[in-house]
Amino acid sequence: MPTMNMLQAINNALDIAMAEDEKVICFGEDVGVFGGVFRATSHLQEKYGKARCFNTPLVEQGIIGFANGLAAQGSVPVAEIQFADYIFPAFDQIVNESAKFRYRSGDLFNVGGLTIRTPYGGGIAGGLYHSQSPEAYFTHTPGLKVVVPRNPYQAKGLLLAAIRDPDPVLFLEPKRLYRASVGEVPQEDYQLPIGEAEVVKEGTDITLVGWGAQMEVIGKAVELAEEQGIACEVIDLRSLLPWDADTVVESVLKTGRLVVSHEAPLTGGFAGEIAATIQERCFLYLESPITRVTGLDTPFPLVLEKEYLPDHLKIFEAIRESVNF
Amino acid sequence: MTKYVHQPLFMTGDEFSIATFSLLDPEGELYEGAKEPDLPRDHARRLYQAMLGTRILDERMMAAQRQGRLSFYMQSTGEEAAVVGTAAALDDADMIMAQYREQGALMYRGFTIDEFMNQLFGNELDYGKGRQMPIHYGSRKLHYMTISSPLATQIPQATGYAYGQKLAGDGHCTLTFFGEGAASEGDFHAALNMASVHQVPVIFFCRNNGYAISTPSNEQFAADGIAPRAFGYHMHVIRVDGNDALAVYEATRQARKIAVEQNQPVLIEAMSYRLAAHSSSDDPSGYRAKSEEEAWRLKDPILRMQKWLTKKGWWSDEEEASEQETLRREVLDTMKRAEKRSPPSLDSLITDVYADITPELQRQYDQLKRHIRRYPDAYPRGARSLDLEVNTSTESQGEA
Ligand SMILES: Cc1ncc(C[n+]2csc(CCOP(=O)(O)OP(=O)(O)O)c2C)c(N)n1
Repeated sequence: MPTMNMLQAINNALDIAMAEDEKVICFGEDVGVFGGVFRATSHLQEKYGKARCFNTPLVEQGIIGFANGLAAQGSVPVAEIQFADYIFPAFDQIVNESAKFRYRSGDLFNVGGLTIRTPYGGGIAGGLYHSQSPEAYFTHTPGLKVVVPRNPYQAKGLLLAAIRDPDPVLFLEPKRLYRASVGEVPQEDYQLPIGEAEVVKEGTDITLVGWGAQMEVIGKAVELAEEQGIACEVIDLRSLLPWDADTVVESVLKTGRLVVSHEAPLTGGFAGEIAATIQERCFLYLESPITRVTGLDTPFPLVLEKEYLPDHLKIFEAIRESVNF
Repeated sequence: MTKYVHQPLFMTGDEFSIATFSLLDPEGELYEGAKEPDLPRDHARRLYQAMLGTRILDERMMAAQRQGRLSFYMQSTGEEAAVVGTAAALDDADMIMAQYREQGALMYRGFTIDEFMNQLFGNELDYGKGRQMPIHYGSRKLHYMTISSPLATQIPQATGYAYGQKLAGDGHCTLTFFGEGAASEGDFHAALNMASVHQVPVIFFCRNNGYAISTPSNEQFAADGIAPRAFGYHMHVIRVDGNDALAVYEATRQARKIAVEQNQPVLIEAMSYRLAAHSSSDDPSGYRAKSEEEAWRLKDPILRMQKWLTKKGWWSDEEEASEQETLRREVLDTMKRAEKRSPPSLDSLITDVYADITPELQRQYDQLKRHIRRYPDAYPRGARSLDLEVNTSTESQGEA
């Protein structure tokens, strides 16, 4: 099996999707000749021509509005927003249009073909405007699907699933892992299910839930905890909307403890949604309060990024406190 | 008055081709029929020195980035005339709202090398408290709004700021810089429309440098540049040779007059070329030919201005050499100092989010402090600001 980094896996998925279905069209700022500022769309223009892979003018609301129209027509747009921090000019098109197309037309029209790819997250010395994790704004939007891969294998399988999904999908790519995460990725076409969490590791003492780049950090925390004899169950949600509550419930019924972690600020973050649901469904089984390890309720800093980010030590401490409650 | 025709008449705007205002040729000679602007010796020298200073700062900081001393940098190389010529034509108290590549305007207004370095290194003296990436400068004193990375957001803000200036009646205007790429954003159109409807003293200054990262201007817009868009908003417009500091100066001076005397917005499009990479993270060899860059090097705005000044006897080769030497030394010395300074204090994480720190944020901060006390070596910057002992050998591991 070939090894790929996450960018290569994404590029490979786009290549497969474009080869298979000529309705698949990739566009965004700098995605053409240059292959995108991170190179996720390298060589696609060369291979499939300028009509199917092209640079757009610099206007995110235009990119997604255009993509909505294109998807409504029956094409399969895969639009790139250069950084998740710059998705907000397109917020109206995504939240009011993409997400509601099917509902408001009584299914006369839909934009199910739409996939929006965008790099998100911190840890790259990007400061305020190149580090945000905006998932919670979108998980509050019925009609949209929100997917976050954690490694190259997932990136390929989930992206192919997103492109072929009958609903619009926001695909958040952890940019810190673009080159850092390398692994075996099958050359052939495969899909991973959207809406299903993955139990990455089984354990009996405590459940840890995360997604995307945070999974690597959770992994490190789990190593520290296991050295202390704490058996951790680790769950990667993979998709946040819809999210797989059953898998988390089942795990917490077993372990009685839950720590959720994400980079985005605490208040209004998606961990709150998980905590509330689990509290409702597992109340009598909980041995300690559900804990959230997250970014602070502030914009993303630059120089003090390390202090800001939820890292393995902060998660390890949360595990300890939960187990010793 | 409505004019009627009785055959279908479609128009494309091709009939309105916009000329480029240019005064100096690449040899620093005035074109025939060109009138030298009223630019006294000291003012002309100040303008040139800021252009030269910008070039030298850019060269040194790019080298520092390559040596790994700086995380990121953006050069203004090739566009110094467009930026400094503009600043020189404004009143120093007019507001400037820049995009990010306009360090020359800030230098012209007297931002010191120290101030540049403190921001670039995000140290304790950085006005932005180490929160934004390098090149996100700002100065209240110099009427230079702090840079924000999301493109074009400052353009409608400039309209609003200038409207306030008009109401205040202080005789000032706002000038906003942006690239031809950013001019595609909805914000640009909203800004021009509101400015013309409300008669606002704002100058929209587009640096058309041919590229938005890798995207050439012919993939950015189909028409004749950005200037013709002014017609749709019934706005004054001028296109200027962006590599000719004198022409930029004169165009902006007159635009300012229209803005403050008539409360009318003006659009200026400066035609130039981004000679350097987009940023230190970019490699232009992936999307354009070296020969194209070389052709533009022959139109270097600094050489052109220098030749003109020298011919007038206002500048000399000796002055050029000593000025370059002094600036280089100052940049290097200042950089060494700025690099060594402490990072911003830990509480800069939670200040300025709101005017007052919220109780919830305070609780999160107290928890963070407890955590850092437990693991000081893992957070050397936080630990240092809490006066905790740090094992410095772990510090480098912590940096991105
Ligand atoms: C809203 C938004 N979208 C995308 C970006 C990423 N980005 C940063 S600079 C840039 C190109 C800007 O080009 P232009 O406006 O022509 O200015 P230039 O860099 O040429 O000076 C892009 C796409 C951003 N900063 N903000």
